[in-house]
Amino acid sequence: MKIHEFQAKKILAAFGVRVPRGEVAETPEAARAIAERIGPRVVVKAQIHAGGRGKGGGVKLAATPAEAETLADRMIGMQLVTHQTGPEGKRVKRVLVEEALEIARELYLGLVIDRAREAAVVMASTEGGVEIEKVAAETPERIFKEYVDPATGLLGFQARKLAFRLGLEGDTLKQAQRFISGLYRAFEGTDASLAEINPLLVTKNGDVLALDAKMNFDDNALGRHPDIAVLRDLDEESPLEVEASKYNLNYIKLDGDVGCMVNGAGLAMATMDIVKYAGGRPANFLDVGGGVTEEAVRNAFRILVSDPDVRGALVNIFGGIVRCDMIAGGIVKSARELGTNIPVVIRLEGTNVDLGKKILAESGLAFSSADSMKEAAERIVALVK
Amino acid sequence: MSILLDENTRVVVLGITGSEGTFHAGKMIEYGTRVVAGMTPGKGGTSHLGVPVFNTVAEAAAAEGADAAAIFVPPFAAADAIMECADSGLKLIVCITEGIPTFDMLKVKTFLRGRAVALIGPNTPGIISPGKAKIGIMPGHIHRPGTIGIISRSGTLTYEAVQQVSQQGYGQSTAVGIGGDPIVGLKYIELLELFKADPGTEAVILIGEIGGTAEDEAASYIRTSFPKPVVGFIAGQTAPPGRRMGHAGAIIAGGKGTAQEKMDALRSAGVHVAVSPADIGAELRNALARRT
Repeated sequence: MKIHEFQAKKILAAFGVRVPRGEVAETPEAARAIAERIGPRVVVKAQIHAGGRGKGGGVKLAATPAEAETLADRMIGMQLVTHQTGPEGKRVKRVLVEEALEIARELYLGLVIDRAREAAVVMASTEGGVEIEKVAAETPERIFKEYVDPATGLLGFQARKLAFRLGLEGDTLKQAQRFISGLYRAFEGTDASLAEINPLLVTKNGDVLALDAKMNFDDNALGRHPDIAVLRDLDEESPLEVEASKYNLNYIKLDGDVGCMVNGAGLAMATMDIVKYAGGRPANFLDVGGGVTEEAVRNAFRILVSDPDVRGALVNIFGGIVRCDMIAGGIVKSARELGTNIPVVIRLEGTNVDLGKKILAESGLAFSSADSMKEAAERIVALVK
Repeated sequence: MSILLDENTRVVVLGITGSEGTFHAGKMIEYGTRVVAGMTPGKGGTSHLGVPVFNTVAEAAAAEGADAAAIFVPPFAAADAIMECADSGLKLIVCITEGIPTFDMLKVKTFLRGRAVALIGPNTPGIISPGKAKIGIMPGHIHRPGTIGIISRSGTLTYEAVQQVSQQGYGQSTAVGIGGDPIVGLKYIELLELFKADPGTEAVILIGEIGGTAEDEAASYIRTSFPKPVVGFIAGQTAPPGRRMGHAGAIIAGGKGTAQEKMDALRSAGVHVAVSPADIGAELRNALARRT
């Protein structure tokens, strides 16, 4: 799960990580009031779930509270386009108004889980303010890493080592050590999957602060972090994805026209792949879960066909122990309720296959059944063309 | 022959009295698996599905000689269950549970280091040695005994591959789901080593997906150390970057872990890569024909 910058900074501050003074505003007037309190010079930052906001015009310096109000007025309600939002951009609902700081150095600090090493890894770099993937590709020697033993957590010497390698000294070094240790505690304490400070700021006074902050969380752990789970911003997600998540369906909207409904994530990906291989374009990823129920099928089918781009649907259920007549019945019922008659090709495996096929054939709907994945994909691609 | 699991494996089922545990333990027994005990804290002394239930895994191991476990407990209790099984000296732990937090699994992996135990999963359909035993939730009847080893990160896609193998007239020695999470127990290399040593396995099907680098590591191993034919398929060739495709581990992050780079790595290691998931069986036939 993703959250906004201002939310990440609040969490970090609670773990003793230093962040600039600032508050979030939903109106230009509120932005002005904040600037009057903490300014006069402030930075106004659009809050959306995407990087590259600065280049898109979503981060601006204001010299006065009046200017902060003008900037906030311009940003709130705009569709902010960055390299991560797609061409339609994302609507800005609020801005973060922060004190403007004197920048001496911009560094990088990030925490992720290294899957190959099976450990959390702290990455620090002298190259702040640019994408870390770019640094990793071009100057990997400028990235320093410390792997964390989950039994001990990040150790003092590891934080110190990283701070030294960033070329810091004196009080700044000590501040950086505290910052790194606090960041790890926040990462572990919230079951985060990513904590990225880019840039990590060293001010002209030698203070160390998080100029930007990004945190993502392990969806599997949200159940034990209700305080984090409530930070989910449904406006940042596609409406169909939000609807699907209510029924524990894994749905991801794509840009094709062949709707796919499958049980199991691997088979769902493979079904998208075979649609493409057959010359079509998948409209979505949709996994109804390994142990599929009639209710899941009905909800999934409804969500699938409510995507206006979908011109035909491919249902691929490898049940094994699932009853095919139950699946077929669920789809037919759902299609009748919705009054849809787009072509649907269904491939079913499991108990009562013949009964399932009979239900489809007798439904009077534009449904047909296929014996294999390949046949199903080829038929639906031909039908939507 | 088979790896890790056969008709002599003695299984304790954790969470046997829950609805999922009851259903699948029943299916396992039906298939011929020697389920010798159940474990549900607080229900020790009772019996369920005709087997004794214990409060701890240690008791089940001592009283019934259990040497393997099937774990059907909720996600927040599952890491503890895995470590309890390892601490009780079990040799094989199969964790079906989906949704275990990553940090819990990091602790599990640290705990397992240095112990002689094989963890399968979590978030796996389990392991089956057809005709002998199964620990997991896969439909037993689609499998048949044979000489093809299968290693997969997926559930239903594995069933698809199994069916294609059967349609080509082959059966499976052992089929293992390694799990769809970012941090899992045994991965491809450890299992390839076991299949290499198993005289009953003549070829292996490796089914991967986007996310992580496990397939690339497997490719390096295959290139230098695995003499038997391997057929590969990578799911997620059309998956967009930065999105989690159902499995917690199926995500292209920072441009890394794409299907294309995994397919290239496998191909360069001499693996017969099926581009279409419908061609896994046909690629297997080609691979075996080319060998002779």
